[in-house]
Amino acid sequence: MQEECLLTMRRIDKRFPGVLALNGVDFTLRAGEIHALMGENGAGKSTLIKVLTGVYQMDGGEIRVEGERIAIHSPQDAQNKGISTVYQEITLCPNLTVAENMFIGRDGGAWVRQRELERRADALLTRLGIPARSTQLLGSCSLAVQQMVAIARAVDMKCKVLILDEPTSSLDEKEVQRLFDLMRDLKSRGVGIIFVTHFLDQVYEVSDRITVLRNGELVGEYLTEELPQLQLVSKMIGKELEELSYLGETEEKKTASAETFYEAEGLSSSDALPFDFSIRKGEVNGFTGLLGSGRSESVRAIFGADKVTGGTVRVNGKPAKILRPIDAMKHGIGYLAEDRKRDGIIAELSVRENIILALQVMNGMFRPISRSESEAFADEYIKVLNIKTASRETPVGSLSGGNQQKVILARWLLTHPDYLILDEPTRGIDVGTKLEIQKLVLKLAEEGVSVTFISSEVEEMLRTCSRLIVMRDRHVVGELTGKDLNQTQVMKTIAGGEA
Amino acid sequence: MRKLSLLKRKEPLSDTQLLMTITIGIFFVMYILAMILLGGGFLHAQQLFDMLNDNASLIIVSCGLTIVMIGGGIDISVGAVTSLTVMSCALYLNSGGSLIASMLIAIGIGLAFGLVQGFLISYLEIQPFIVTLAGMFFARGMTTILSVNPQKANHKAFAALREKKIKIDALGYRAKNGNLVPGTIEIGVVVAIVCVILVFLLLKNIRLGRNIYAMGGNQQSALMLGINVKRTRFMSYLISGLLSGVAGYVFLMHTGAGNATNAAGMEMNAIASAIIGGTLLTGGVGNVIGTFFGTLSLTTIKKIVVSSGLNAPWWQSITTGGMLCFFILLQSVVLGRRAKKKKT
Amino acid sequence: MKKNGRKLSFAGLGQLTIPLIAIALLVVFNLIRDPGFFSIGISHNNNGNAVLSGNIISIINGASELAVLAMGMTLVTAACGGQDISVGAAAAIAGSVFVKVLKAGASITAGTVILAFLCSCLVAMIFGMFNGTLVAVFRIQPMIATLILYTCGRSVAYWINGGATPTVSSPIVTGIGSFIPGIPIPTPVIIVAVTAILFKLLFRFTALGLFTQSVGINGSAARLNGINEKFIKLLSFVILGVCVSIAGCIGVSRLGLINHETLLIDIEMDTILAVAIGGNNLGGGKFKLSGSIIGAYVIQMLTITLYAMKVSSTDVKAYKAVVIILLVVIGSPVIKERFAGWAARLRGRSKKVSVKGAEE
Repeated sequence: MQEECLLTMRRIDKRFPGVLALNGVDFTLRAGEIHALMGENGAGKSTLIKVLTGVYQMDGGEIRVEGERIAIHSPQDAQNKGISTVYQEITLCPNLTVAENMFIGRDGGAWVRQRELERRADALLTRLGIPARSTQLLGSCSLAVQQMVAIARAVDMKCKVLILDEPTSSLDEKEVQRLFDLMRDLKSRGVGIIFVTHFLDQVYEVSDRITVLRNGELVGEYLTEELPQLQLVSKMIGKELEELSYLGETEEKKTASAETFYEAEGLSSSDALPFDFSIRKGEVNGFTGLLGSGRSESVRAIFGADKVTGGTVRVNGKPAKILRPIDAMKHGIGYLAEDRKRDGIIAELSVRENIILALQVMNGMFRPISRSESEAFADEYIKVLNIKTASRETPVGSLSGGNQQKVILARWLLTHPDYLILDEPTRGIDVGTKLEIQKLVLKLAEEGVSVTFISSEVEEMLRTCSRLIVMRDRHVVGELTGKDLNQTQVMKTIAGGEA
Repeated sequence: MRKLSLLKRKEPLSDTQLLMTITIGIFFVMYILAMILLGGGFLHAQQLFDMLNDNASLIIVSCGLTIVMIGGGIDISVGAVTSLTVMSCALYLNSGGSLIASMLIAIGIGLAFGLVQGFLISYLEIQPFIVTLAGMFFARGMTTILSVNPQKANHKAFAALREKKIKIDALGYRAKNGNLVPGTIEIGVVVAIVCVILVFLLLKNIRLGRNIYAMGGNQQSALMLGINVKRTRFMSYLISGLLSGVAGYVFLMHTGAGNATNAAGMEMNAIASAIIGGTLLTGGVGNVIGTFFGTLSLTTIKKIVVSSGLNAPWWQSITTGGMLCFFILLQSVVLGRRAKKKKT
Repeated sequence: MKKNGRKLSFAGLGQLTIPLIAIALLVVFNLIRDPGFFSIGISHNNNGNAVLSGNIISIINGASELAVLAMGMTLVTAACGGQDISVGAAAAIAGSVFVKVLKAGASITAGTVILAFLCSCLVAMIFGMFNGTLVAVFRIQPMIATLILYTCGRSVAYWINGGATPTVSSPIVTGIGSFIPGIPIPTPVIIVAVTAILFKLLFRFTALGLFTQSVGINGSAARLNGINEKFIKLLSFVILGVCVSIAGCIGVSRLGLINHETLLIDIEMDTILAVAIGGNNLGGGKFKLSGSIIGAYVIQMLTITLYAMKVSSTDVKAYKAVVIILLVVIGSPVIKERFAGWAARLRGRSKKVSVKGAEE
């Protein structure tokens, strides 16, 4: 602890109704280091960050910057005290220019000297090697560039602490490298960087130190070079490695029956390029590839979620027209969308209403499910899936992420689908629920339901799927089965290393 | 200056600029077509001046509303506040008050409404529609409480002020008896144009203005960027209120009398002007120059209807509705296509 | 079932607190001012029928159009997250069609009245569909989309009337507008009750309620669950069209004439207000029809109370505005939060807080 402590957070508490999100968490950041903040979803990473940036007010503890105790009341306050944040979702204004986004909301005169700001912005953009013009509308830049503009803004504010919250999740490899160069550059200028990510490789590539949180508590602070990747993972999830592989050992992957359930040829949509795909009854297969590789778009095309533009589809051997979600549902297909908040839950409606929604839609407008019937359904699935909710009438928005996901699963299970598409069903939920969902998938397959499973975590897919379709740059680049189903082979195919 | 504008050209038109350009283009096409096909009054500059004279207060009100709408809000009290201002000032002048004080009253009433409404909307987070609806009811009610009967302002200094008009001989025309009728512009128009310019500068070059755009574009982002969203929103309503007060005074200068039905329906005309000018109710997109031409387009279409012999009283508003429909659909289509293009 | 019913009403009270408190306050206020305010008597109208009379009857009767429109508006608000500001203008059109069809026939019989109503319904639904298409298909905000009809609707009505304000005199039409011989309850009240029951049945026997709320809360998720988002939005506007036509016909029948300028003037604002006072979020989503209906009666009660206090009809608006602001300020989340905070800290002070909030 010889280095100069730039930022110290001591015994931070943060309470939400019913939950202790942070419980006496310590965090220390030194000048000129890149410090990875790790933890599973729900571990308290984002809460800690939001306390630090003034979005939340902490309930206990203290924050010191350069030894001086400070209170942070608002995001603006945090900025003024040298703490800048670049969030996962872009928090700039797309309807303003790049220069404006860099300078708006900061101190200065009432009169905006546009030319001067644009000159300054251009100078900085060039210095940091960001490919954007100051006069360009931010909305016309790519996501990566938008993110870099956000960093440029922080740099220009002479920030001492820069927080990068999942900055790489929407960037491709080249963009990530550019970002890392930028981070190293800033580090050499003495900026302390807090790097939040779920990509382990990136942590090891760029960070100097790692702090791990779990369930709102501090697990420990480690030097990156002294903490092997496997140990990091077990510290994050708090389980020994043997336990992790438990599922894979006990559950034998069943080979599905030979009968094909769904078959598509040259299927394309407004967002997906033409591809061929088929799944047998009781088969679990998966689409893999990096974010933006087109895996989600492909399954959306299967479900008719985007505008279908071409291709022939056969369900159970008979030609089928699936142009809208309702068509797919009538053919026994269910789809759990990637973005739970945006495309999944109806937040203000009750758990009960959320569970019966899809079945009700399939029944049609004029055959409403009676109240007592719907209550019976809800109770049944709350029990079967072990959904933790105060009552079946609780608004689903107030449940935790994992339980929300279970409600949506219940919604689709209630329709008794023949084929279930699960796009990132385990994202943002705790490890326990993850395992439950994986087990459920295998159980469904045993019962003859076909499942397509998508997950960012390849390991998870290897455990559940008997066939993997690998995508890159919106094209299917490979299909792996049998003994090819291992991490190395998958990575190779994703990266384009196959023969 | 020219070089700068050329430099700017490098960037593709933003939504704001695109919608505004369309409006301005359509206005000129419409006006020129009217000149060619209808002739008559449209050939005289006075036609344009009259349009401005009659609508100076509407232009001012629309400016204020544009600010609020860019910020993602709505203010439907503007017409009623204008009306209340007209009545209050007329009564005050008739009671023998001074000219300056009457102006201060106009500004005071506008500011008071802006202050209260802004406070309720920004700091108590009540839906703007409800607050300004109540504001509208209150102002309309107060107007009739002040006086149900029309009040003609009999005030010497005020009458003198009303008489002050800008006369331009060069833009005049020969009446049938051969006398030269000079082009006449009322002071209200000057005030309106000053307001347009000031609001334009505010939105373009003043920190507050840029903050309003940011807030309208994405409130959450604006907050994260360190903008004081509450204060920004408050200010937008305050300015809108202030401009309604100013508009009231200009209205009084134009008509010379207060009447309970003054400025009836002005709020909807103002909203229509802003929309035609390319302001989106969702916020973040819009421009006061567009609004100015929006008002002119709205007026021109009415004049065209009258001149082309559709004298039945319903045609004016039916064509206005039709035009509104056209512009709204145009915006929807243009923006929809842009969004699609961006995606691919 | 019963247990659930109770739970529901408990949950519902949260939303209905403000309108119910408002009604209670108005009742108490009126009783103090004039203990006989709510007395109901039986009087004889011009036709010699025994009919109910009294302030409470005129409140319930007078709010009929508002209540019917508020029901439709609630649905539109819930599905589209915006409001239709053209209901007054559309009602004028519907009324004009009603009169036009009535006058086209040689004599006015029950049959022609029904035919006329159906025609006006059809026209109102078509205009509803126009608004709905702009909102659902072109994705224009409801307020902007309906601004078109708001601007020109009354002129269209004038045009249908041929530039006049035609009158209809028929006992049947009068019966619809006031009392049917032998029934002491005003007909508009009965119509409101029937409409409310129809709505209730609609929600009971279809899944419209669930679908509408789903679309209003999360359109994207609703779509991915197979709900036809556009259809639901369109449907809400068409149903509002039916309400508009009912309201327009009541309005015409009351006066026995159609005046495009004054028929249900400014009712759009009152309607939206009724929805808001009923505790419904104007941003869409969850809704409670009963709230909007109570909201309509709150507004009418307020109006009648003010009339009883000798406030002239033109001045009523100003007082109404003050009461509205009071209501929404008390109901605003910020004030509630503060109030709760202060109440927790200093119980004695809580009264002052509400007074302070009211002044602002």
